[in-house]
Amino acid sequence: MDPLRHSPSPSSSRASSPRTLSCERLGYVGIEAVLDQLKIKAMKMGFEFNIMVVGQSGLGKSTMVNTLFKSKIWKSTMPGLRVPMPQTLQLHSVTHVIEENGVKLKLTVTDTPGFGDQINNDKCWDPILGYINEQYERYLQEEILITRQRHIPDTRVHCCIYFVPPTGHCLRPLDLEFLQRLCRAVNVVPVIARADSLTIEEREAFRHRIQDDLKTHSIEVYPQKSFDEDVNDKILNSKIRERIPFAVVGADREHMVNGRCVLGRKTKWGIIEGHFPCLSWLGGCEQSHA
Amino acid sequence: MAATDLERFSNAEPEPRSLSLGGHVGFDSLPDQLVSKSVTQGFSFNILCVGETGIGKSTLMNTLFNTTFETEEASHHEECVRLRPQTYDLQESNVQLKLTIVDAVGFGDQINKDESYRPIVDYIDAQFENYLQEELKIRRSLFDYHDTRIHVCLYFITPTGHSLKSLDLVTMKKLDSKVNIIPIIAKADTISKSELHKFKIKIMGELVSNGVQIYQFPTDDEAVAEINAVMNAHLPFAVVGSTEEVKVGNKLVRARQYPWGVVQVENENHCDFVKLREMLIRVNMEDLREQTHSRHYELYRRCKLEEMGFQDSDGDSQPFSLQETYEAKRKEFLSELQRKEEEMRQMFVNKVKETELELKEKERLHEKFEHLKRLHQEEKRKVEEKRRELEEETNAFNRRKAAVEALQSQALHATSQQPLRKDKDKKKASGWSSIYSVTIP
Repeated sequence: MDPLRHSPSPSSSRASSPRTLSCERLGYVGIEAVLDQLKIKAMKMGFEFNIMVVGQSGLGKSTMVNTLFKSKIWKSTMPGLRVPMPQTLQLHSVTHVIEENGVKLKLTVTDTPGFGDQINNDKCWDPILGYINEQYERYLQEEILITRQRHIPDTRVHCCIYFVPPTGHCLRPLDLEFLQRLCRAVNVVPVIARADSLTIEEREAFRHRIQDDLKTHSIEVYPQKSFDEDVNDKILNSKIRERIPFAVVGADREHMVNGRCVLGRKTKWGIIEGHFPCLSWLGGCEQSHA
Repeated sequence: MAATDLERFSNAEPEPRSLSLGGHVGFDSLPDQLVSKSVTQGFSFNILCVGETGIGKSTLMNTLFNTTFETEEASHHEECVRLRPQTYDLQESNVQLKLTIVDAVGFGDQINKDESYRPIVDYIDAQFENYLQEELKIRRSLFDYHDTRIHVCLYFITPTGHSLKSLDLVTMKKLDSKVNIIPIIAKADTISKSELHKFKIKIMGELVSNGVQIYQFPTDDEAVAEINAVMNAHLPFAVVGSTEEVKVGNKLVRARQYPWGVVQVENENHCDFVKLREMLIRVNMEDLREQTHSRHYELYRRCKLEEMGFQDSDGDSQPFSLQETYEAKRKEFLSELQRKEEEMRQMFVNKVKETELELKEKERLHEKFEHLKRLHQEEKRKVEEKRRELEEETNAFNRRKAAVEALQSQALHATSQQPLRKDKDKKKASGWSSIYSVTIP
């Protein structure tokens, strides 16, 4: 009559070692409805995502951000226009609310024009680190208030995309210094910028060299090995880790290719289509912060 | 020169601009990511059952979760209310639920029920305290933390048909600011339909007039607003619990078999069990957990921190940092300790002085006593001496007297012719002796 194999019983009066019960139940209890409830709540509250893009000027950062989110987050600076080189490292934040299929995302992109552009780039990572820590500090202050808000506004940087110039050789000292310092504070994702200037073989060789460099200097980029939670995570993450750093091409102009309208870069020798690795680990960035 | 000045212009403070997307980006999978992350983490849900012994708490739990939680029957002879938490791991499809059922054993059994609510309130506070301690830790792991805060309290009302008992009112009033209360009428198969209707109205009226805040199902989200509003009107739910199965028609249903009929648990006409299950598990479990965290726990945290003396801002409305407050408190505490130490030391010194004085007094008196004693002894000795002298003299005189008398008697014998002279002598002799006797004082 009882369809269950065993009934749960506590092992002691203060049971902290519970027994597992698998249910092929005659009647359905409905515990998994909690997942829907969670989803509804999450969609109502909306999500927040803060990205920071770091790299020298001219590597295609703004274009990349525009392509990633398929909208004009920034006016990318056109080559040829005389844009005065910023004399100091500035941090420039832009916030947008984008919506897709009922999911609201408050996206904040922080740009760092002037990074690595001076002759003496000593300590150019300091303002960036300062900014990141300041966001953490702000969150902490909100959290330890006595009467705190129901939903603390999250301005902490969830992900920092670092653009590596496509030299084809290896990581430069500036890159290494920066990555070393930042990988402890924030999730860093290194990408090879303007990858269309490298051939496929050069790209692969460059990629391997960068991976070796990262390992030698024990720089843990996202997804970090130490945060791998279970076997599935490990498998998924190791696949991603093989491809780091991603070689990207930013494009925000549309062209016709074989009758399809495609975002790409048109050159004399062909059209390069931009596609991007899946965004499934974007959410992971947010979570691993918590 | 390295230019490391920071100029920041952030557009984040004013309203963020909306942007339209040119194509499919893919972040609509974010809720799914959230959900799958929660699934791997697992959920925890803690229910507190408060009600008299034998009212059907364990049976209802078994019926709700469709399983038999093995618990021994509680006796009616408990000295005081005690809480018995038990944790079970349930799994349904891919959702893992860590369910903790806390039973208030012995509720309503004592003769003096004054303090019945206290163990319950203390238990709830203890769970909040544990969470607060974890949150205030420096190295904390809230992600892994097994949340033991009570998410919902099912209060079982005895189906008398009249009104709430005063014990119920008092207990609910104490609990309403600490936990989400859902009152339910137990053993609802003992009340008739019309009685039940009146009973429900009476109960709700009493709760409202006494200012008891029971949990209202949320009506702000359109998806569930309608059903929640309808359910709110049916509170308190009249439930029947049963784990036995009875054949009705051609299928086996959970029911209670009486000689006069069968009360089916899952039949909406017979009792509100289905409504309770819907509300508790299928529709509002997440909301219950959120209310516990954002309302009850925050209230507890605020009171606790204020009690400990923390403030959010001082008189100049400069926000106090926690560190400063800690330091200030610590200094205060240390100086307080020091002061107390000083006081005690002072007291000790004083006491020592007093005792010394006393001892000195005593010594002085003792000396005096000794001195007097010696004087007394001297005197005594002198007196003794004098006495001895006197005794000697007396002895000497007696001897002389005896000698004289002997002489006299001789003289008398020898010369009895001269009595006058002898008489005179006698007289003389006696006169001498009388003189002698007189001179001895």
